[in-house]
Amino acid sequence: MGHRLADLFHGRPRLQVAGLLAGPVGWLVIGYLGSLALLLVAAFWSVDPLSGLTIKSFTLENFESLVNEPVYRTIVWRTIKVALLVTLTDAIIAFPIAFYMAKLASRRGKALLVIGILLPLWSSYLVKVYAWRTLLSANGAIHWALSPIGLDTPGYGTTAVWLVMSYLWLPYMILPIYAGLERIPNSLISASEDLGAHPFTTFRRVILPLSFPAVVAGSIFTFALTLGDYITPRLVSNDQFIGNVIFANIANNQPFAAALALVPIVVMIAYLLVARKLGAFEHV
Amino acid sequence: MRRRDANSARTAWLVVAGLVVFMLVLAGCGSSSSDSSSSEELQKVGKGEGSLNLISWAGYVEPEWTKPFEAKTGCKVSDKEAGTSDEMVELMKTGQYDGVSASGNATARLVAANLVDPVNVDLVPNYKTVFSDLKDQPYNTFDGVNYGIPHGRGANLLMWNSDDVKPAPDSWDVMFDPKVAAKYKGKISAYDESSYIADAALYLKFHQPDLGIESPYELNEEQFQAAIKLLEEQRANVGEYWSEAAKQISAFAGGDVTIGTTWQYQYFALKGEGVPVAASPASQGFLPKEGATGWSDTWMLSSSAKHPNCMYEWMNWIIEPKVNAEVAEYFGEAPAQELACEETANKNFCAEYHAENPGFWKRVYYWETPLADCGNGEEDCKDYNDWVKAWTAIKG
Repeated sequence: MGHRLADLFHGRPRLQVAGLLAGPVGWLVIGYLGSLALLLVAAFWSVDPLSGLTIKSFTLENFESLVNEPVYRTIVWRTIKVALLVTLTDAIIAFPIAFYMAKLASRRGKALLVIGILLPLWSSYLVKVYAWRTLLSANGAIHWALSPIGLDTPGYGTTAVWLVMSYLWLPYMILPIYAGLERIPNSLISASEDLGAHPFTTFRRVILPLSFPAVVAGSIFTFALTLGDYITPRLVSNDQFIGNVIFANIANNQPFAAALALVPIVVMIAYLLVARKLGAFEHV
Repeated sequence: MRRRDANSARTAWLVVAGLVVFMLVLAGCGSSSSDSSSSEELQKVGKGEGSLNLISWAGYVEPEWTKPFEAKTGCKVSDKEAGTSDEMVELMKTGQYDGVSASGNATARLVAANLVDPVNVDLVPNYKTVFSDLKDQPYNTFDGVNYGIPHGRGANLLMWNSDDVKPAPDSWDVMFDPKVAAKYKGKISAYDESSYIADAALYLKFHQPDLGIESPYELNEEQFQAAIKLLEEQRANVGEYWSEAAKQISAFAGGDVTIGTTWQYQYFALKGEGVPVAASPASQGFLPKEGATGWSDTWMLSSSAKHPNCMYEWMNWIIEPKVNAEVAEYFGEAPAQELACEETANKNFCAEYHAENPGFWKRVYYWETPLADCGNGEEDCKDYNDWVKAWTAIKG
C-alpha cells in the first residue's frame, strides 16, 4: 500500500507539490481569505436600526458616512501619524542596538542581548500596558523622575500611545535589522576602511544601503501592529484610533465596522507597495 | 527575472480582481432573512433537558451557586461571559444559547430582533417576592408582555476625592456646567459608552426644562443636539473616560482624576484601598439633586432555546433569596429579591446598596435602548446607531 502510494508520486513533481501544498493553501484560501472576503462584503450591507440585524442589500451608505463625517478623517489621520512616528522611533532606537549585537558584541553578550530583547515578549501584553499606565500616572514614576528638572509626565493621551507602542513593538524592529546586519560580511566594512573611508562614510555608503531592506521589513511590523491596535489607546488615551471605532461598531453595526476595517487594509497595501519599491522583499 | 516578476504581478492583480468580483456578487445577491418566530409561552415547566447554555455579565454565573443548581435540577450549566451589551446581542444572534442576563440597553433590541421569547412569570414562584418597582418596567415588559425575570440593579453614582473636592458637591454641575467643571479641568472621570449621552440628557431635564425632556433615553433632534453640545463642552475638562472598572479604580487611586461618575463597585473597592473617596450622602438621598442613570438586569429566554425547562428552573433559582443574596454580594449590586436582604453575609449590605429604599430608585433612570419610536407616534427620536455615531464624534 505504502509502496503503491510512493509509486504514484514517483516522477511526478507537480503531483508531489500539489499533495504537499493542498492542505495549507486550502486553509489559507478558505479559512483566511474567505473569512476576510465575507467581512468585507458586509461593508456594502446595512443594518436595521431597531433590531441590529443585517440587511443584505447593496448600499454605499457606510462609505458615504465614512467620507462625509470629519471625525473619521481625524481618527484615520491620527492613527497613521502615530504609526509612522512609532516606526521612526523604533528604527532610530533599534539600529544601534542591532548593530552592536551583530558586529561588536561577544558571543556571550550577543546571547544575553537576544534574550533581553525577547524576554518582554514572554509576558502578557495587558500587563505591560497597565505597567505603563502606572508609570504615566499623574503621581507615577515618570512624574517623580522628571519633576526635579522641571518637566512632567505627558499624562494619558496620544503622546502616551506613541510611547507605549514604541516600547511594545521595539523587538519586532530589532530582530529583522539584526538579521540583516549579520548578513553583511565584515570584509566589506574592512575594505571600505582600507580604501580610506571615514567611518561615517562607511556607514552611509556601505552599511545603510545593505541593511535598509531589513529596516523596511521591520517597519512593516511596527506600522501594521500600531495601525490595528485598540487596547493600548483605550487604556492610556482618550483619543480614538481606527481600531477603537471598529470595536465600538462591531456588535451593533457590523457593516459600518467592516467599511472601517477596509481603511487600514488599503493603507497597509499602499505601505507594502512602497516597501516593495524600497526593496524590502528582495532578500527574504 | 523581469518576465517572472511581471507574471507574478499579473497573477496578484487577477486574485485581487477575483476577490472584488466575488465580494460584489455576494453583496448584491444576499437576501434579507425575515423569520418571524411566534412561539407560545410555556404553560408548565417540564423535566429539565440536562443542560443549559447561558450568556452573562462576569460574576453572575459562578460555581458557588451553579453547582447546587446542577445537583438540584440536573441541568448542567455552561456559561459564556460577555463584556458589553452589544456583545450579548451579537452572541444571542448565534441562536446557541438558552438565556441571557440582559441590561436595559439590550432588552428592546433582543425583543425587536425576535431573539427572545415572552416569559410566563407564573411559572417562576420566586417572582412573587421580587421588588415591585422592578416588575413591568419598560426595559423588561413590552406591549404588556413580560420578557424576563429581574436579577439586580445599581445606580451610576457621583464620586469624588474628599481631599481635593470641597465642599461636597450636591449636583452633577461639577461635571456638566462648564463654569463649575472648569475647576476640575483634566481631573474629571466620565463613562466611555454611548449610553453616557443619557447622563447629559438627565442633567438638561433638570436644568433646562424648556427642552421638554421626559426620559433621558427618548430624545428628539433638538434635545439630542443639546445633550451632544453639553458633552462636547465637557470633553475639554475630562481627564479620562473609563469603561473597565479597573481602569477607573487605578485612575482615582493614582490621583489622575478626582471626580466622576461611577458604580457602587468601584466606590467600595476604593474605600477598601483606603483612598479618600466620597459619594452623595444620605441627607441628599444618596444621589445628586438631578437623580442619576443606572442599570437593571433581566434574565431573558432565548427564542431558539434548546433547554427552555432548564432556563425556567434557572430564572427561578437565580432569584431564590439565598442565591440572589450571594450573587448580589459577589457582584456588588442591589438584589432583585426582597427576601434576599435577610440572607446576605454582610448584614448591612442591603442598606449600603439601597436595595429596600424605593425613594432612592425613583430617582434612578435605568439604561434603556434608544429607539426611533419613542411612544409619541412619530418616529422622530434618535436611535441607538445615532447614539453610537454621536459618541464617536464627541470623543473625536
